[in-house]
Amino acid sequence: MSVMSVTAGPKRGWKSVSTWIGALIVGIAMICAIFAPLLVPHDPFTQDLSKRLLPPFWMAGTNPDYLLGTDQLGRDYLSRLIWGCRISMLIGVTVTVVSALIGITMGVLGGFLGGRVDDAVLFAITTRLSIPVVLVALAIVGLLGSSMHLLVLTLGLLLWDRFAVVARATTMQVRNLDFVAAAWCAGCSRFRILWGEVLPNIASHLVVVATLEIALAILLEAALSFLGLGVPPPLPSWGLMIAEAKDYMFFSPWVIVIPGVALFVLVLGINLLGDGLRDLFGARTDP
Amino acid sequence: MLQFLVRRLIVAILVAATVMTLAFILTRLSGDLAISIAGPNATQADVEAVRKAYGLDRPLTVQFFDWVGRAATGDLGESYFFKAKVSTLIGERMPITITLGLTGLVLALLVSLPLGILAAVRENTTLDRVVQMVALLGQAMPSFWLGLILMITFGLQLGWLPISGTGSWQHYVMPGIVLAFSAIPALTRLTRAGMIQAMGSDYIRTARAKGLSRASILLKHALRNAAIPVVAIAAVQLGFMLGGSIVIEQVFALHGVGFLAWESIGKNDFPVVQAVVLVLAVIYVALTMVADLMNAVLDPRLRGP
Amino acid sequence: MSALLEVDQLEVSFGGRVSAVRGASVTVERGETHCLVGESGCGKSVTALAVMNLLARGARRSAKRLAFEGQDLTGLSDAGMAHLRGNAMAMIFQEPMTSLNPAYTVGSQMTEVLRRHKKTSQRAATDRAADLLARVGITAPGLRLGQFPHQLSGGLRQRVMIAMALMCDPKLLIADEPTTALDVTVQAQILRLLAGLQRDLGLGMLLITHDLGIVARVAHRVSVMYAGEVVESAPTAELFANPRHPYTQGLLRCVPVPGKIRRDEPLGSIPGTVPRIGPGFEGCAFRERCDFADATCAHTVPRHAASAAHDFLCRLPA
Repeated sequence: MSVMSVTAGPKRGWKSVSTWIGALIVGIAMICAIFAPLLVPHDPFTQDLSKRLLPPFWMAGTNPDYLLGTDQLGRDYLSRLIWGCRISMLIGVTVTVVSALIGITMGVLGGFLGGRVDDAVLFAITTRLSIPVVLVALAIVGLLGSSMHLLVLTLGLLLWDRFAVVARATTMQVRNLDFVAAAWCAGCSRFRILWGEVLPNIASHLVVVATLEIALAILLEAALSFLGLGVPPPLPSWGLMIAEAKDYMFFSPWVIVIPGVALFVLVLGINLLGDGLRDLFGARTDP
Repeated sequence: MLQFLVRRLIVAILVAATVMTLAFILTRLSGDLAISIAGPNATQADVEAVRKAYGLDRPLTVQFFDWVGRAATGDLGESYFFKAKVSTLIGERMPITITLGLTGLVLALLVSLPLGILAAVRENTTLDRVVQMVALLGQAMPSFWLGLILMITFGLQLGWLPISGTGSWQHYVMPGIVLAFSAIPALTRLTRAGMIQAMGSDYIRTARAKGLSRASILLKHALRNAAIPVVAIAAVQLGFMLGGSIVIEQVFALHGVGFLAWESIGKNDFPVVQAVVLVLAVIYVALTMVADLMNAVLDPRLRGP
Repeated sequence: MSALLEVDQLEVSFGGRVSAVRGASVTVERGETHCLVGESGCGKSVTALAVMNLLARGARRSAKRLAFEGQDLTGLSDAGMAHLRGNAMAMIFQEPMTSLNPAYTVGSQMTEVLRRHKKTSQRAATDRAADLLARVGITAPGLRLGQFPHQLSGGLRQRVMIAMALMCDPKLLIADEPTTALDVTVQAQILRLLAGLQRDLGLGMLLITHDLGIVARVAHRVSVMYAGEVVESAPTAELFANPRHPYTQGLLRCVPVPGKIRRDEPLGSIPGTVPRIGPGFEGCAFRERCDFADATCAHTVPRHAASAAHDFLCRLPA
């Protein structure tokens, strides 16, 4: 008998407050993303230099039409924030879809078939991990010009490693279980086994990875946009907004604080939700 | 043991070769390099002259193997912009990036290890949950934004620390903190998990039965085992930090390797970009080997019977 | 002179819900081996851990009396208890494969306990460790001291555990199923070793086991535990000759005796399973499985003395 603690554990899954907070944040973000054109009080792209750098509602000298103030070109900050949410979520989801397709395929094939295939998959993962992601992404966008399609493709081609690792590990676990052997004996083809037996059982782990990857993709896109090599302007990516605000951050700090907080809160919310899902599905690998 | 190392070395070489190929393809993606170098005002004759001068008229395979051959001997080519050897350029800037990386790692460990141990010892209490929340917050923090906020607060409003350049150890404090933030969540969680597992193990029960002091049980017996994966991951995290320092170096105007790469991308200076990708990849692979070595050193069970 | 170890009405519960031990009383004298025997889950290991105060964090322990060499243990702080552990009171466990720290050599793990409790130089401690390794039957002790646990077999590791427990000349040795995880031949060797050490060193030993064969071989006194209570306690010979509690009788029936058992006879067994006891449970825990149970068994059960040293917990007359 080992000396393990028997005190009551923290509330997990449905009962956890943090999971609900995460779900709320993600819910709001999705609403902003999908209904952005309906929600924005002003057009995020319209400039009005007579109204530049108005402060947000909690400071003096504010204009009630512009709840969160305006940026250096007179564009409504709240509108740009909401639109930026749409861009972040869009990129997050599309990049994750691409990387999931690549990573899961590789991981499952490597984990299931073993041998040379697995060696090749492991080699690919090692190579991908040794590549400096931000640098290569910057280089690609820098060389080929920035566009949404290129950005999504680049990030998708660079961020599949966690999918591959988790898919491979869980596939290897599942492969050894009895019901897979039973399916083998029943004469199922390999594809049927993969699709019908393996995938459903590793799905919960992959959903958890997906939420974390969405958060990662959003952060990465923000960093790239911050450096000017991400989403093409004038699209209001939060990273770009932070970069544009850099010149004014000493005098009008809210211009830099607001999008950063938005980014932080969104990523935090996604992570909280991901953790909650992990507890719900029982896909925890550490205590 | 030796066989293991040799195998890892072969993998390392193969990875480096693959990365070299990818880096080469990367820089050739935008089409005709000669046009980019010659600039927008060049005439056809100028472009041809450039092409000849830089050896871009040779077949791609020849260019590739030429580069590979030279890189293997340490000659990473010459920068189009700086008119200096790339290896010299990288060599000059590498110390800054490494200092930054090590600062970040040391700060991260100084925070993660105690927090992880604390959370494990007080498992499932409020303190534990606070530590886990701190880890989550760190994970969500955009590093470049944190850097800017720190700059405003400590650099400008409080005036405690310099906001750009390198010159003294104070220049590395804020960038180091930002870099540490990226590693603290993972290292804290790993330390916590490792300590919880170690503390629940039979040999800790034996240690308690021997009447050893709490400090001895925690630090000498439990941590010694829990630290093994943490040390290995720390080496890998250093690799990520070195590779990802480009953003921090840009924010804080630290002229390291990342900054060099950033400038070179802007100037289409392909030899530099190629070389930096390769160098960073090689460093990462070397660090993973270091991680494996540390595992073997720290865990007697891996050293063989 | 007081007994070496006195445990009177020990109670241990976890999380306020599960009562693992509900009034166990055990006495160990100097130079005596007292076996605590019972099936899995009866609370015998928990009793041993409770004596040493090695229980998990959520556990509650209380006792009418818990004393070592006359000194009360219940009021002792953890630091005070740590002073006794590994020193005057030593314990060895069931799983030798995992009970030693894989990161440190055998020698360092042995010397640290001596240096912790007594002012000893590294040299002197190493010498004593080597002596004890030889004492427990390990050849080439000098070599073994420099080895790591994973380089030793299970039997060797258990011998190391025993030697380590003896480093500070303990008066009491608690052994929790020390041979369960070992091969049968090694079991016999370890038991012989323990018996010999006890004779030579005058140790008091509390031996936890589920194996009646071991009890017969080494125990001076036996206490039978069931569902957290000591249901019968007697000198060994007396218990085997004259078991009074229905559970003990059932247990002894279950042991096939070569030569006595006939081929067409079914093996003895006790029907039913051990009940899970919550707080507020009254009466005899064995009543569901007992042939002699009646209505009074649902209320408090008297403890009878069959003779001076033999008592049992049952309504049946002594």
